[in-house]
Amino acid sequence: MSTEPKRDPDGQLPYISGHSLKSVSEKIADVTTMPMRKLPKFWYGGILIGVTLLQLLFLAVYVLVTRGTGVWGLNIPVAWGFAIINFVWWIGIGHAGTLISAILFLFKQDWRTSISRFAEAMTLFAVVCAGLFPLLHVGRPWLVYWLFPYPNTMGMWPQFRSPLLWDVFAVSTYATVSIMFWFTGLVPDLATMRAKAKPLWAKKLYHGMSLGWTGAARHWHRYEIAYLLLAGLSTPLVLSVHSIVSLDFAVSIEPGWHTTIFPPYFVAGAIFAGFAMVLTFMIPVRSIFGMKDLLTDRHLNNMCKVMLFSGLIVAYGYLMEVFFGWYSGSVYERFMVLNRFSGPYDWSYWALILCNVIVPQFLWSYKIRTNPLYVFIICQFISVGMWLERFVIVIISLHRDFLDSSWAMYAGTKWDWAMYIGTIGLFLTLVFIFIRTLPIVAIFEMREMVHKSEHDGDSHEG
Amino acid sequence: MSHVPESKTYGVVAEFADADDVLAAAHKAHEAGYTVMEAYSPVPVHGLDEALGRKRSILPWLVFGGGLTGCAGGFFMQVWMAHINYPWNVGGRPTLSWPAFIPVTFELTILLAAFTAVIGMFALNGLPRPHHPIFNTPNFDRSTLDRYFLCIEAADPKFEEDEATRFLQDLGPEAVNTITDA
Repeated sequence: MSTEPKRDPDGQLPYISGHSLKSVSEKIADVTTMPMRKLPKFWYGGILIGVTLLQLLFLAVYVLVTRGTGVWGLNIPVAWGFAIINFVWWIGIGHAGTLISAILFLFKQDWRTSISRFAEAMTLFAVVCAGLFPLLHVGRPWLVYWLFPYPNTMGMWPQFRSPLLWDVFAVSTYATVSIMFWFTGLVPDLATMRAKAKPLWAKKLYHGMSLGWTGAARHWHRYEIAYLLLAGLSTPLVLSVHSIVSLDFAVSIEPGWHTTIFPPYFVAGAIFAGFAMVLTFMIPVRSIFGMKDLLTDRHLNNMCKVMLFSGLIVAYGYLMEVFFGWYSGSVYERFMVLNRFSGPYDWSYWALILCNVIVPQFLWSYKIRTNPLYVFIICQFISVGMWLERFVIVIISLHRDFLDSSWAMYAGTKWDWAMYIGTIGLFLTLVFIFIRTLPIVAIFEMREMVHKSEHDGDSHEG
Repeated sequence: MSHVPESKTYGVVAEFADADDVLAAAHKAHEAGYTVMEAYSPVPVHGLDEALGRKRSILPWLVFGGGLTGCAGGFFMQVWMAHINYPWNVGGRPTLSWPAFIPVTFELTILLAAFTAVIGMFALNGLPRPHHPIFNTPNFDRSTLDRYFLCIEAADPKFEEDEATRFLQDLGPEAVNTITDA
């Protein structure tokens, strides 16, 4: 950097510098308004991979629907396999978006501004991927409305004492509120896009999507109230969603599942996995679209600290699982822990410890936290590790529980893998379409930051 | 003044380059006795709405009502379904097992409150509204980038075009324009 920006009293570089209201708006809007041929190869490569893998999803869904859930590797005793692992994995990834946009907003962490939009979009896409698994696992997805309480000819209602039903309400509420939160945040930016878009059809489209936003003072006033309230509502919501997901396990009496530590430990794991996924995309995007002045190394540093902290909570969870295996005095619990250590799936347990406990310890180093390449590599370990965590919880507990006459081994079939990899394709496709069509950084919030920093500067000088 | 039939004057709009200027202008216009005004800005400017002489929105109370409705509705829906309409003995558990109803009650509280917040905010703002006369202002595109606008509307009882124009011009704007509502 040629001119070093002014440091704040703590000796930290500012989150944003050298920008005016106009330049920051234009810089972000540029990614969506630049002509197709000028788009970097990275974008074309990304969407190509995404769409290719998406075909695998279509195929996997077609095979599943026409031939039934028997194409998956599910059987008794392992009746919950990839579907629930992938569901929990995806929904956990989604939680980082809500954490960044809602919880960090309430704590007035200004640095969240540059990453909130992208993380929120990822939340939505991850929830879409997550939702596919229970939807298809029911076997007849066209009858999925049976899960909701609606008046029917049998006069029956759903079982409200079941955590699986709580899940239906939690996940559908989460998806709905996330969409509303995201859209509300987008409205003023869509108005900016209306001003920046060149073709008339695009102007009209953005105008329609912005609902005719004018930026009137009265509107901003209500808007800010609504945004604050949504943040306040989303915060307990996101904590409740993953807690309820964990209750799917914890309410049962299965060894290794029946513990009270599950809700907080699942929420921490969700934050851990979600930040890893946000960084996985943020690191390439910021260098390819030249956004290092908006998504700075200081952001990397902060996000890594959150990852390190949530990772330590997760590690504490693993420790407590082992402790309670012994302390419970239950032979089944003790066997479950030993079976994790040295059973037929011990490789998954030790790989999980490597990915989620050992590798993240590198984040103690400031040099590593601010090195994009190292952070990117660590994030890949965490993503794999969090998938393995759910694999360990679901498979190792189920495959050898109370009755040894019913023990069996489990493995995902090619259609399990096709569906899983297919959802990664769906996720990539949605992310790259989003990068191209909507502002990936919340423009008006960045303007607000510039506005604030300019006006703070005035008052200090004055 | 050339008089164009069909289109009436909507108001006089001043364009400012800085948030402080529009804020000062709003204060002065309010002191001068103008009441039907609106300011337009690319960022929420704190104190601008108050400067225009308006009170806090009732939105939080609506959201509270929405949340309360979701909470009570969700809880009693489950009580009615599981305890009154179709009591079903599952493993000898009481049909009115209210602790098990809390998660769904909680989710519905959030859901209805969030719906009220978003729909209420847009409805109170009168959005979606495909066309608004303010879009006739020259250079209004920049209201979503870096310019601030203050409009004294013709609906104001004190409104008189020439006087309003002169008043706004004295506040140091970049430009002052009269706009019509067509």
